[in-house]
Amino acid sequence: MEAREAILARVHDALARSQQGPAPEVVRAYRASSDVAPGSPEALELLTDRLVDYRARVHTADEAGLPQVLAGLLAAAGSVVVPPGLPWTGLLESLDVEVLGDTPPLGNTELDRAGAVVTAARVAIAETGTIVLDGQPDQGRRALSLVPDHHVCVLRRDQVVATVPEAVAVLGRHPERPQTWIAGPSATSDIELVRVEGVHGPRTLDVVILG
Amino acid sequence: MPNVRPQPAHAPAHPLRWGEPFPEAAHETLANGQMRRNLAHATRTIRDKRLRVTAELPDWEALRDAGAAIKHQVMSELPALLVELERNVTARGGHVHWARDAEEANRIVTDLVRAKGADEVVKVKSMATQEIGLNEHLEAEGITATETDLAELIVQLAGDMPSHVLVPAIHRNREEIREIFAGRMADAPAGLTGEPRELAMAARAHLRAKFLTAKVAISGANLAVAETGTVAVFESEGNGRMCLTLPETLVTVMGIEKLVPTFRDVEVFAQLLPRSSTGERMNPYTTLWTGVTPGDGPQEFHLVLLDNGRTKALADEVGRQALHCIRCSACMNVCPVYEHTGGHAYGSVYPGPIGAILTPQLLGTGTKGSLPHHDATASLPFASSLCGACYEACPVKIDIPTALVHLRGRMVEAEQRRPLPTGWATAMRSAAAVMTSGSRFAVAARAAGLGRVAARGERIGRLPGPLAGWTSVRDVPAPPRQSFRQWWSQHESEER
Repeated sequence: MEAREAILARVHDALARSQQGPAPEVVRAYRASSDVAPGSPEALELLTDRLVDYRARVHTADEAGLPQVLAGLLAAAGSVVVPPGLPWTGLLESLDVEVLGDTPPLGNTELDRAGAVVTAARVAIAETGTIVLDGQPDQGRRALSLVPDHHVCVLRRDQVVATVPEAVAVLGRHPERPQTWIAGPSATSDIELVRVEGVHGPRTLDVVILG
Repeated sequence: MPNVRPQPAHAPAHPLRWGEPFPEAAHETLANGQMRRNLAHATRTIRDKRLRVTAELPDWEALRDAGAAIKHQVMSELPALLVELERNVTARGGHVHWARDAEEANRIVTDLVRAKGADEVVKVKSMATQEIGLNEHLEAEGITATETDLAELIVQLAGDMPSHVLVPAIHRNREEIREIFAGRMADAPAGLTGEPRELAMAARAHLRAKFLTAKVAISGANLAVAETGTVAVFESEGNGRMCLTLPETLVTVMGIEKLVPTFRDVEVFAQLLPRSSTGERMNPYTTLWTGVTPGDGPQEFHLVLLDNGRTKALADEVGRQALHCIRCSACMNVCPVYEHTGGHAYGSVYPGPIGAILTPQLLGTGTKGSLPHHDATASLPFASSLCGACYEACPVKIDIPTALVHLRGRMVEAEQRRPLPTGWATAMRSAAAVMTSGSRFAVAARAAGLGRVAARGERIGRLPGPLAGWTSVRDVPAPPRQSFRQWWSQHESEER
């Protein structure tokens, strides 16, 4: 605890020498929302545009059409990992694909051998083309959407908000949950600023917007 | 062994202060045409992308204002916020450690790795661990640290120092990177070409097994929320997620200034950071975690809070805004000096305009009884044309030009405190004597005309004596044939 007290004393001392009155009030004049309503056709269009710009693939389906869309996406996967609380697990079992449950948790190597993973999401941000997972049973632990090379994320249209602050308001109800924000598949620009998709995360990201 | 020489050529003695002082180092890097071409291309590309995506947001200026105000508030309330962060991380099953300096931080991390019985760790790109020389320290202790960010991996394999905060291997082109991989990555595929995709896939294969088996990971943090104890890492490649998610133990080293007060503040920095740094609307991956979550991610989490000179910077009423920095690198991408000299000339893991004000302050250069006046970092605040582009680009509105001028003053004051007069002080005193007297000035002006003798063309190159330092890095225009005073008196007599 010696270091702790020493650092806190240094901070107090530094502030005594440099602090000139109270800090200015934080003015939040930036947009907390936009004209684009959550779940509106405009929101979906914007999200789709942004996701495609990041080389994600976007599909739409209603409840009745979902099996066909998923069947198409997972045709070549061989096996698919599902989080314990995924609503569409029954549907996947009717497809020609091996379904791997995560209870008990799969080992890293097993996860690495899986062809794909299907998850739900908590919220999506249209303006930035971002989907956010917060580790609930329909999304599973963070490793599930990371290790398999192909991530299929099924999103309900009412989960699509326009702006970052709207999403942070949703996530702020449970800030303690582990969160993964995803904007397109993994990418790097470290070599001559040339964008290369798919370094360590899934190289293919499919987003299915439902409803 | 391939023909890849490490850059810079000599291994650094200290991560914040290596190599020659800026003027000499710049002399060397300016001669590297390849590096300048790589840099010019990269900075121009990021600059253009950044302008496009910031223009998309109608409230960009309001976001900058909020970001600046939040950072100001954080500094003002730092003691209470640090204690609040510690309490919340601990309440969620994490462990908080405090480190006064690099040595203490390195020891804490080493002990934590040892306690897990590991002799290998995977790392997420982190400026804080660069700053304390953690990899070198771990190596000396028999622990292998593998950088998993592609650019950091290139830098590590090449034996380089980073030259940019965001793209540390910006000084290397694809052919050099191909050579580095082919020669120094044990499992590089045969016949590797310089195609970026092929190089990235070689790195993917190289690191995959390490991710799946690593027991301990080490990261930095882009921000931490005092109110909730949540820590965040913004990244692109997924190497961050691999390290933050798969190992059993996670150790995060974070500067004490990287706090935000409330969870809501995430909405400000999640907009400012990606757009300012990579010019993207959002970086591909962001991970946020709070302590430990049973069944998800590392079950042991350690947060190391690092001072290492930050409180020295905090004590300076003007300079302390350098601590507002969110490490986006926008300032270096717009800086004409950086673009020409490259990052290595700054002799610190923090290059560019922000490095010019942050590095000397972290080291206490220019403060009484601290570093010697001639410390290499004393020249950094002078490594700027004060054009102000950095201030305009900064997402949290750090007034870098004002801080530069302020720190120049501090360096000069430190110089004046010296017991023996320097050449510079002597020159300034003589200049004062000349300039306060009309007749003496007239004599000096006539004498200056003699300077033309030393000139070739209209420039004077190197001068001997006390002016050698000044003229070694710049040419001096030759004095005019006639001084203004001479012209005036001649003109007056012709008029009459």
